[in-house]
Amino acid sequence: MTAMTIERRPLLALRDVTQSYQLPRTSLFGPRSSFTVLDGIDFDVCAGEAVGLVGESGAGKTTLTRILTGMERPQRGQVEFDGQDLWAAGAAERTRFRRSVQMVLQNPRSSLDPRMRIGTALLEPLRSLRIEGNHTRRIHEVLDQVGLDRSALGRFPHEFSGGQLQRIAIARALMPNPRVLVADEPVSALDVSIQAQVLNLLKDLVQDLQLGLVFIAHDLSVVAYTTSRVSVIAAGRIVEVGRPVELFTRPAAPATRNLVDAVLTVESGLAGTAL
Amino acid sequence: MTAPAAIEVRDLHVVYDGLAAVRGLSFTVPAGGRMGLVGESGSGKSMTALALMGLLPPGWKAQGTILHDGVDLITQTDKALSARRGRTVSMVFQDPMSSLNPVRRVGDQIADVIRRHGGVGRHEAMGQTIDLMMQMNLPRPEQLARSYPHQISGGQKQRIMIAMALACYPQLIIADEPTTALDVTVQKQVLRLLSAATRERNSALLMITHDLPVIAAMCDTVAVMYAGRIVEYGPVRQVFRNPRHHYTRGLLDSQPTMDNIALDGSSRLTSIPGMVPPLPALPSGCAFHPRCPVATDICRARMPEIDAATGAACWHPVAASQPAVAS
Repeated sequence: MTAMTIERRPLLALRDVTQSYQLPRTSLFGPRSSFTVLDGIDFDVCAGEAVGLVGESGAGKTTLTRILTGMERPQRGQVEFDGQDLWAAGAAERTRFRRSVQMVLQNPRSSLDPRMRIGTALLEPLRSLRIEGNHTRRIHEVLDQVGLDRSALGRFPHEFSGGQLQRIAIARALMPNPRVLVADEPVSALDVSIQAQVLNLLKDLVQDLQLGLVFIAHDLSVVAYTTSRVSVIAAGRIVEVGRPVELFTRPAAPATRNLVDAVLTVESGLAGTAL
Repeated sequence: MTAPAAIEVRDLHVVYDGLAAVRGLSFTVPAGGRMGLVGESGSGKSMTALALMGLLPPGWKAQGTILHDGVDLITQTDKALSARRGRTVSMVFQDPMSSLNPVRRVGDQIADVIRRHGGVGRHEAMGQTIDLMMQMNLPRPEQLARSYPHQISGGQKQRIMIAMALACYPQLIIADEPTTALDVTVQKQVLRLLSAATRERNSALLMITHDLPVIAAMCDTVAVMYAGRIVEYGPVRQVFRNPRHHYTRGLLDSQPTMDNIALDGSSRLTSIPGMVPPLPALPSGCAFHPRCPVATDICRARMPEIDAATGAACWHPVAASQPAVAS
C-alpha cells in the first residue's frame, strides 16, 4: 500500500476535505450550530483505475460525490484535478474540469428526459459544455463503446429497458470524452440479469479508455466485483481503505464489519447461516 | 392428515385487454410454509401478488382459481375481500414510505387493523399494539407509537408495516420486496424479525423478490418466474444448488457475490444477454428462447410445461450434475 502511494499520480483527488452545513437557529439570539458532514477526507482516483466508495445512507457519500464533481465547494481542503487545485484555478481550467469529470446516476429513467430522443439527449452535454467538432462521428464512436445500435438514436427513453437506458446514460456521460467517471449506485435500480452487463461494461471502459472510475454503492459485493480499491465511509470519515479481498476477509473498522455482515449470499442462505 | 394449504393457485391468468401479465400460474403454499417467487421486473411476480390480494389495478382481471381459507378468492366480492385483507391474508409492500398514512400516528395505524378485525376496544387494541411493537424490537414502543411516519427511520417503518401485517395472525403473509428499499445493514434485521414472527404465528409466507440470496435465507420452496410463467419450481436447496432451467442458472451466475467472484477485480460475471421481453411482444414457444444459450427449433415453436422429474419448464434442461454455485 505505501509503495503504491508514492508512485500514484492521481487524476482526481480530495485532500483533507471538510464540509459542514449550518443548522437553523434554535433560539432567536442563540448561535447557529453546524453539522459536519465530511471530516478530513482524503480520496483519489488514477487513470485506468476503478475505486469504490461504500457506506450506509447518511454516511456522506452524496456530499463527497458533489464535491468530487465540483458541484459543491468544500469549506476546507482541496479538490485537485490533474495536479491543479480546482477552486483556485482559472475559468479555462474549470471548463476543462467540467468536461473531464462526468457522472452516471442511479436511475436512468429519471435522469433521461422522457420527451427527448436519445440522439438529442446524447448531444446535450456537448451543447451545454460548448464543445465543437464532428458530433455525429462522436455519437457513433460512443454508441460503439457502450455496445448500442445506431437505431437507438431516433427513439425515446420509454422504448428501452432499464439496462439499455443505463447504457445510454453511460454513453451520454462519455460524450465529452471525460477522464473520470463518477457512478453513483449505477446498478441498484437494475434487474439482476442486467446488472452484470452494466458492471462488465464499466470494467471494460476503465480498461479500454483508461478512465478513472469512482464507483459509489452500498452493496460491498458489487463494489468488490468492479473495483480494485475500496474506501469505507462512516459518519463523514473514511474509516478504512483497502483491496476488496482485505476488507471482506479482515474488516478492521466496525463500519466495514457491519457492511460485510450485511452481505447475503445464496450459499450462506442455503446453509442456514445467513440470518 | 395434512392441514389445508395456506393458498393454492391453479392456472392463474392476469389479463388486460388482450395482454397477459401472468399466463397460467399454479403453485401451493402449505400452511406455515414459505415460498419464494423470484423474477425480474416484467416477469409478472408483483401482478401475481396483487391478484392474490384482490388489489389489481383498474382494468386488470384475474382468471383461474385461488383457493384460500376454503373459498375461491377470484369469485369473492370486493367487500368480502376487503374484510379478509389483514385478517386471513395480509401484505407487506416494498416501500413503507408510501404505504403508511403520513398524517396518522403509527401506533394508531396498527391499532386500526386490530380494532377492525379483532373486535376489541380502543384500550385493548393499543395494548396489543405496544406488545406487537415490542416483538418487532422497536425501541421505546410507547413513545414510538405516538410518532408520525416521517419521524422514524425506514427500517422502523418497515417493522411497523410487518407489525400491521401480523396483527391478526393471518394464515398467509405476502411480502413484496420487503427489504429492497431499506439500507443493507438493516435488511438482515428486518428479515430476521419477519422470519421469527411468521414462524411464531405459524403464518405461511409468500416472499416475492428479485433477490436470490433473500430467498435462499428465508424460503423452503421457490418458483422462478419469467414472462408470466413459472419456469422452475422446487425446494430452494435443490433449485439453487442444481438449477435445471437455463434462466435460473443465468440468474445465479450473474450474482456478484463472494461465491463466484475473485475479489481482486479480475473476474468477469457471466450475464444473460438481451432483456425481459415486453408484454405485447412475447416470443413464441418458450419465452426465454431468444436469450437462451441452447435454444433450438422446438423452443421457438412450442411452450414447454413444467417437467415433474426436473422441475423445470425446458426442452433442454441443464444436466443434473452441474452446480451453479460452487459449494
